[in-house]
Amino acid sequence: MMVPAPSLATSLNPATSTAEVKRAELREIDASTKWPALFLLGSAVGWLLIGTVFALISSFKMHSPEFLGNYEWLTFGRARTAHLNAVVYGWSVNASFAVAFWLMARLSRSVLRHSGLLIVAAVFWNVGVTLGIYGILAGDSTSIEWLEMPLYATPLLFLAYALVGAWAIITFRFGKSPHIYVSQWYILAALFWFPWLYSVAEIMIVFTPARGTVQALVNWWFAHNVLGLWFTPIGLAAVYYFLPKVLGKPIHSYYLSVLGFWSLAIFYNWAGVHHLIGGPVPAWVQSAGIAASFMMVVPVIVVAINHHMTMVGSFNALKYSPTLRFIVFGAVSYTLASLQGSSMAIRSWAEVTHFTHYTVGHSHIGMYAFFTMVMFGSIYYIMPRILLKEWPSATLISVHFWATAVGVIIYVVGLSIGGVLEGLLMNTPVLAHKLGLQPTDDPVPFLDIVRRTIPYLVSRSVAGVLMTVGHIAFAINFAWIIIRSTQPAASAPTLFRSPPDMEVAAQ
Amino acid sequence: MNRAPLIFLGIFFALAFSWTGIVLTNQISYGSLQPVYDETEGKSFPQQTPGLAARGKLVYQDLGCIYCHSQQVRRPGYGADIERGWGERQSVPRDYIRESRVLLGSMRTGPDLRNIGARQTDRTWQYLHLYDPQITSAGSIMPPHRFLFETRKIIGQPSPKAIQDKLPASARPPAGYEIVPTERAESLVAYLLSLKDTYAYPETKNVYVEPAAEAGKEEKK
Ligand code: HEC
Repeated sequence: MMVPAPSLATSLNPATSTAEVKRAELREIDASTKWPALFLLGSAVGWLLIGTVFALISSFKMHSPEFLGNYEWLTFGRARTAHLNAVVYGWSVNASFAVAFWLMARLSRSVLRHSGLLIVAAVFWNVGVTLGIYGILAGDSTSIEWLEMPLYATPLLFLAYALVGAWAIITFRFGKSPHIYVSQWYILAALFWFPWLYSVAEIMIVFTPARGTVQALVNWWFAHNVLGLWFTPIGLAAVYYFLPKVLGKPIHSYYLSVLGFWSLAIFYNWAGVHHLIGGPVPAWVQSAGIAASFMMVVPVIVVAINHHMTMVGSFNALKYSPTLRFIVFGAVSYTLASLQGSSMAIRSWAEVTHFTHYTVGHSHIGMYAFFTMVMFGSIYYIMPRILLKEWPSATLISVHFWATAVGVIIYVVGLSIGGVLEGLLMNTPVLAHKLGLQPTDDPVPFLDIVRRTIPYLVSRSVAGVLMTVGHIAFAINFAWIIIRSTQPAASAPTLFRSPPDMEVAAQ
Repeated sequence: MNRAPLIFLGIFFALAFSWTGIVLTNQISYGSLQPVYDETEGKSFPQQTPGLAARGKLVYQDLGCIYCHSQQVRRPGYGADIERGWGERQSVPRDYIRESRVLLGSMRTGPDLRNIGARQTDRTWQYLHLYDPQITSAGSIMPPHRFLFETRKIIGQPSPKAIQDKLPASARPPAGYEIVPTERAESLVAYLLSLKDTYAYPETKNVYVEPAAEAGKEEKK
C-alpha cells in the first residue's frame, strides 16, 4: 500500500508487469468512487447510529412501557417505525448503494463516470429519508408496513432512485470487462427490481388504493421482495466478490452460482405471501406462497455449498482478516435465515409462530446477521482502498465484531424461544397443554402470555445494548480513518493479528 | 458473446411472473368485490365507517397501534382466534372492501382488534385503558397514551367525559381539575367501537366451520 499511486499513463507502460498494471487500474477505479462512496457510507453510518437509538428506545419500551411514556413523538408505534425506516432506508440502502457502485465499477473495470450524478442522487435519497422519518415521528405515518414514510417524502426517494438507475446503466455500458460476473448479475437485477416493486406498491396502496385485502397482498409482495430482491442480491453480490478476493482463489463453481441466481430470481418473489397464511386472502395465493418458500431451499443450499466449498481449506484466514470474518458470519446467517424462513411457511409451524416475536427474531437474522454483517465486512475492505490509508484500530474492529456477533445471537435466541412460547400459548393452547406449558386445554388469559414473554423481551434489550457498543466502536473507527492524517505507519492491511507466514492475499 | 440482453430478459420475467400472479390476478379476480345488500335490514354490508370513527382510524395509524395489534380473525381450527373470543367467525376479504387502508397487521403483541367494538363496548373502559393500561390490565406492556388526554381546570359544570375519578389516587389531578379525552382520543375510541364484523355474508356461513369449533363457541356463551 505504500507504493505511490502511479498515474494511468505510467501503469499502462508496457514495461511494467501486468499485475502492476492491473493494480494501478484498480486504484484508478477506486479513486473515482471516493466521493460518492464516502458520502453514502458516511450517511449510512449516521443512520445506523440513529436507527440504533430508536431500536433501544423501542426495545426498552416493550418491557417497560413507562419508559419515555409521556412523549407522543416517541410512543412505541412511532419509535419502532422510525427504527425500521432508519436502518432499512437509511443505513442499509445507503450502504448497499455504496457497495453496489464500488463493485460495479471494479467489476466492469471502468472508472466511475458522472460521480456528480450519484452524489446528487445520494443527497436526494438522504433528504427523502430524513423527511420521511421526521414525518413518522410527527404522526404522518401511513401504517403500511415497510412503506410508512408519508407522501411528501416518497417522491424524493423515487427521484433519487431514478438517477441511480440511469447511472448504473451508463456504467454497465461503458464497462471494459468482457465478462459479466455473477456479482454484477445480482446487482443489475436488484437495481432493476427495486423501482418496480416500489412504484407498484406506492401506487396500489397509497396513491390509488386497491380494494380490500388486495392491498395486503401488494404490501407483502413488496415488503418481502425488498429483502429478497434488493438486500439479498446486493448482500450475495458482496459475498461472491469478497470471499474469493480476500482468499485469493476463485469461487468454487461458476455453474452453481448461476443456478443459485436464477432459482432465487424465480422463487423468492412469490414467497412474500407467507406473511398472510391464514389471513383473509384467497387460499390459492397462500399455497403458492408456501410452495415458493419451500423452493427457496434450492438457491439457498446451492449458494451455501458454493460458499462453503470456497472457504474449505482457508478457515484459518478468519483469524486475520476482518472483512472475511464479517462476510463469513453473514454468509452463514444467510443460509440459516433462509432455511428458517422456508420452515416458517409450513402451515402448522406458521400457526404457532405467526404474529409472534419469533418473526422479529427471524427478520433480524436476515437484515442484521446476514445483510448488515456483510455490509460491515465490505466497508472494512472498501474504505482503506478509497482513502489509501489503513484502519486506525484493530482493537475497535475486534470489539465491533464480537459485540455485534454475540449481540445478534443473544437477540435471535431470546426472541426465538420467547416467540415460540408466546405462539404456543396464544395460538395452539391444546399443544401448549400437551407440552406442559399450561394447566388446561383452554387458552390462558392474554396477560399471562404477556407476563411470560417479558424476560425474553428484556434479553433483547441486553442484546441491543451489546450491538450498540459494537456500532459505536465501528463509528469511531470510521470517523477516525477519515480524519486521521494520511500515511500511517502500517503498510499492510489492518488485520486482527499478523498471520504467521501464511499469505493472506488481502489485495 | 453478449449475454446481457438474455440475462435482462430473465430478470424481467422473474418479477413479471409474480407481479402477474400475486398482484394482477388477485386485483382482477376479487379487486372489485361489492358490498352485500341485505333485504331484511335494508342496508348494505360492510357498512361505511362513520365520520368520527374514520378520523379515529387516522389516529390509530399515526400512533402505530398496528405494530402490536392485528385486525384479522383466522378460521376455526387454525390458531385459537375464535376460542380467544376475537371474533364469531373468520375474517373474509369482503369485510375490508370499504377501507381505503387495510390494517391487517402482522404482530399480536396485544390481542386482535378486529371485533373489539363487539367485545369491549364500555367507552369509559376504553378511555381508562388508553390513558394508562395498568389501570384496567395490570402487567400490560401496552404503552400509556396520556398525551391523548387533557388536564384542565374545571370551569362551571365538570365534563361528563372526565375520567379522573376512576384513576388511582396517586394519578389524580389536584382538586378543581379534570382529565378529559381530547378530540383525538374520542375519535380513536369511536373507531375502536366501530370495529366489529358481525354480519354473516354468504361466504362466511359454511366455510371452514368445523363442528368442534362450533361446539366450543356454544360453551363459551
Ligand atoms: C407495545 C405494544 C402495544 C401497542 C403499541 C398498543 N397496544 Fe394495545 N394492547 C397491547 C397489549 C399487550 C394488550 C393486552 C393487555 C391489555 O389489555 O392492556 C393490549 C390491549 C389492547 C386493547 C384491549 C383488547 C382486549 O381484547 O381487551 C385495546 C382496545 C387496545 N390494546 C388498543 C390499542 C390502541 C388503540 C393502540 C394504539 C393507540 C394500541 N392498543 C397500541 C399492546 C399494545
